[in-house]
Amino acid sequence: MEFSVMLTTMAGGMLKTGAIFVLTLLGSLPLGMIVALLRKSRFMPVRALISIYISVIRGTPLMLQLLVWYFGPFYLFGFNIGGWRFPAIIVAFVVNYAAYFAEIYRGGIESIPQGQYEAAQVLGYTKTQTFMRIILPQVIKIIMPSVTNEVITLVKDTSMAFTLAYAEVFSLAKQISASQTSFTPFIIAGVFYFVANYVVEIVMTRIEKSMDYYK
Amino acid sequence: MILEMSNIQKGFDGLEVLKDISFGVDSGEVVSIIGPSGSGKSTLLRCATFLETIDGGEIAYMGDKAAWTDSETSKAVYAGPQEMKKFRGYCGLVFQQFNLFPHYSILQNITDAPIKVQGVSKADAEANARDLLRKMGIEDKADAYPFQLSGGQQQRVAIARALAMKPEILFFDEPTSALDPELTGEVLKVIKQLADEDMTMVIVTHEMPFAKAVSDRVIFMDGGVIVEQGDPKDVLENPTEERTRQFLSVFER
Ligand SMILES: Nc1ncnc2c1ncn2[C@@H]1O[C@H](COP(=O)(O)OP(=O)(O)O)[C@@H](O)[C@H]1O
Ligand SMILES: [Mg+2]
Repeated sequence: MEFSVMLTTMAGGMLKTGAIFVLTLLGSLPLGMIVALLRKSRFMPVRALISIYISVIRGTPLMLQLLVWYFGPFYLFGFNIGGWRFPAIIVAFVVNYAAYFAEIYRGGIESIPQGQYEAAQVLGYTKTQTFMRIILPQVIKIIMPSVTNEVITLVKDTSMAFTLAYAEVFSLAKQISASQTSFTPFIIAGVFYFVANYVVEIVMTRIEKSMDYYK
Repeated sequence: MILEMSNIQKGFDGLEVLKDISFGVDSGEVVSIIGPSGSGKSTLLRCATFLETIDGGEIAYMGDKAAWTDSETSKAVYAGPQEMKKFRGYCGLVFQQFNLFPHYSILQNITDAPIKVQGVSKADAEANARDLLRKMGIEDKADAYPFQLSGGQQQRVAIARALAMKPEILFFDEPTSALDPELTGEVLKVIKQLADEDMTMVIVTHEMPFAKAVSDRVIFMDGGVIVEQGDPKDVLENPTEERTRQFLSVFER
């Protein structure tokens, strides 16, 4: 197989990797916030449930979670899981990353001094206004470095989708390498992940810089 | 009466902090509260500004009850959310630690609440904020951020932020205690200026000469009760209570 053919074949995989990456972030960044807020709910059962969810997600391998989300519906309910492969991957990633983001958000929220809430309350801000206008902007700045770490991990974690034989970059590299007895696909995949993370770092550094105007 | 607090009781898990405290503040009056650490001064201010809920007693602003004790359950109850919004609007609080919003410029710190809470137009809020900054002597800091200001300047911004809401009464909880000694003067000066303009104020402070100069009345609190109160000269120079005398003697050294 020629190099250019190899590259075009793998380009399709790159798009799929990109899709997992983008959809996971779109889903898990907001879901993580909801989870973080529910964790502080007044209702004990809600808090307990959230805390179990976070422990389970963090205490088991993502690879296993992928298998459970994909095969679970069949083994548990006998559903036909044709066409469920890609949605299962996205659900597994979103649910997994939301747990990690929730922990990051929680740490950020807890690091905001009580005085900020009190100042806002005395000024008459509603709870929602206080959170959206006063607390959240400060939280975002504080958690940015941890979020960057998590996003970089996600770029690499997308390769886990090979567990479900989804044709993203890593799966393709493995396949093509085996069929062509060539090491080149792995080099292409390596360069792809590296460049992707390089871009992530540039983007995240920019975002962090844009919030440097205050301390 | 702007504020009338009667028989206020407040405890924290078993620890009684305010023991049946009653006090009122007249329009234009400046009241200083002095007393040892832990005597309940902050708690009293926090109850008056609704940061803490009372266990018993009554709080009334402008003659309207904001909180009272239910005769059947003998527990404190508060007015509904809509009314509480009105009561919160009557009072402002300046904190020991300033608590400015670090992500907002000085101007935004002062204009955000009038715009978002009271619905004042941006132009009006900004014009008012600039007037207040001029009064505080920091009109050149409008576009700076809190971290770029000295403690004394930050506290003056906090005062401007509170004043921008046009409260009926302004509470100060040790406004100069977090400041280096050379910076306390500039903050006390603007509070004095407000007193001269007949702003109604309640000031918790350890600055005795300031309390004497600025107040119409001084209250000495200890152990969750008002031990004595009256004319600043009387309380600070000729206290009738032994506990007051003991407390004040520490400041003379
Ligand atoms: N949120 C709280 N939880 C428990 N105890 C508190 C709380 N706030 C104040 N206290 C206690 O109440 C007492 C009075 O505190 P405070 O009102 O801050 O006194 P002051 O301002 O006169 O120094 C102290 O013993 C303090 O430990
Ligand atoms: Mg105090």
